[in-house]
Amino acid sequence: MNMYAIQMIYKYEMKRAFTTIGQSFASPILSTVLYFVVFGSAIGSRIEAVDNIPYGLFIVPGLVMLAILTQSVANASFGIFFPRFTGQIYEVLSAPVSFIEIVIGYVGAAATKSLIIAGIILLTASFFVEMHIAHPVWMLAFLLLTCISFSLFGFIIGLWAKDFENLQIIPLLVITPLVFLGGSFYSINMLPPFWQTVSLFNPVVYLISGFRWSFFGVADVSVGLSLFMVALFLLACLLIVWWMFKTGYRLKQ
Amino acid sequence: MPIVSISNLSKTYNDGFQALKNIDLEIQRGEILALLGPNGAGKTTLISIICGIVNASKGTVTVDGADIVKDYRTTRELIGLVPQELALGAFEKVWDSVCFSRGLFAKKPDPAYIEKVLRDLSLWDKRNSLLMELSGGMKRRVLIAKALVHEPRVLFLDEPTAGVDVELRKDMWALVEQLRQAGVTIILTTHYIEEAEAIADRVGVINRGELLVVDEKQALMHKLGKRQLEIELASPVSELPASLSNVALEVSQDGHVLIYTYDPHKTDTGIDALMKTIAAAGLIIKDMNTVKSSLEEIFVKLIKNGGEELA
Repeated sequence: MNMYAIQMIYKYEMKRAFTTIGQSFASPILSTVLYFVVFGSAIGSRIEAVDNIPYGLFIVPGLVMLAILTQSVANASFGIFFPRFTGQIYEVLSAPVSFIEIVIGYVGAAATKSLIIAGIILLTASFFVEMHIAHPVWMLAFLLLTCISFSLFGFIIGLWAKDFENLQIIPLLVITPLVFLGGSFYSINMLPPFWQTVSLFNPVVYLISGFRWSFFGVADVSVGLSLFMVALFLLACLLIVWWMFKTGYRLKQ
Repeated sequence: MPIVSISNLSKTYNDGFQALKNIDLEIQRGEILALLGPNGAGKTTLISIICGIVNASKGTVTVDGADIVKDYRTTRELIGLVPQELALGAFEKVWDSVCFSRGLFAKKPDPAYIEKVLRDLSLWDKRNSLLMELSGGMKRRVLIAKALVHEPRVLFLDEPTAGVDVELRKDMWALVEQLRQAGVTIILTTHYIEEAEAIADRVGVINRGELLVVDEKQALMHKLGKRQLEIELASPVSELPASLSNVALEVSQDGHVLIYTYDPHKTDTGIDALMKTIAAAGLIIKDMNTVKSSLEEIFVKLIKNGGEELA
């Protein structure tokens, strides 16, 4: 294992995040706080409790997920796309580094950034509502798995994208709708039966449900299924990245 | 054993463009090999395959006996690459960028060695500068530093002097010589015959993905390096005087210019005798100009002849 290379890529990516601290951390946190203030405090005070949980508290896990899913994808996709775009990728490709080491470096850094964002959002939320986490270990596990798997997904987009439009199109047209319709702001049990069934095809439902369960012990779908779906998504992303490096798809062709 | 051995190497890109066609080439330890060729000839593709940036469609490459695919860690540790494009970040410091490169090649930090590389390349004073603040020439030096910082045994320089000033070009040539003294094998691609002539031991000519010839520099330069002397006359001539009929001279359409093609590598280029003959024939010379055949012109000739002229 080329540990020096992993360390270099990881440090480079983390440094990039801290040199653009406004874009990397302040912006997603501010957006989430605004959601929280508007939907949680202002409107939320007039909305009934969901599953006996005050609405302001109910949306916390969904807001964390909303932030980390979009940020994981954005950070990881840009992290690998930019060196491809500028040609700097030659250095990594010509170095004695395996695909798994490249992935650990780039995806590890993107996932770390998302974890930091999640931590700050949870801390901020604790100023607005009384936080209670029923299963802290599972909460961390869900958080970690989600950060890693969606950073991997972003990494795939960064490898696939031919231009900046490509880079934006999946997060804007796919990720954002899936996250909003995945139960960030509501329980899918609140939907009519038909839309409940449709929602089960949205992978984000399982993430948010599992994550919310770790907070309140209440879930839309079974926790085991949530965990299985996240693990399945992670595995699928890993396989795609492995195939991309093996064939040199848009990297070495 | 050659340090780099290329066998039956071909590359066809996804759009169907065949960049390399059955290349066979052996590069000897410690030599400087110049690959000459016009744009799109396949030079960069060849280098990129050896370095691991592009996948080959067919064929094998070994570096120091190790296969570049199966034993990529071994081969890549031996190789340094200076790319043609100024592919650098903007907001990093020179020092950090060079340290990053060393780390990628699994080498533990060695500030003393990095300082030596930066000093050798006149970059030490710029070590704390951001990459975006550097001139084009300085950026090229940084790329060289990044390629050398993991102490490679084989160095690929892809058009290192394209668009650089004379001073940097000379510095680059001196550096190449210094590296050769240290036992590093150097493969450089270039458009410039003069560059190959100045520093290479052997020269390979590549065009349209085919390696037309690889030969010792002297032998190849003898064939490639022809020049023309243009002699402008004070008064036009309709036909050559009898005394000049045996000389390989062409006359321009308006009769004002005599064109003499000669081999600059010969001790006797024939120019001295020509001048005397022209003076004896009573022709008055107004101006003279020597024109070197451009590489493109030579390639046109080579392509027309299918490389037979050099074979």
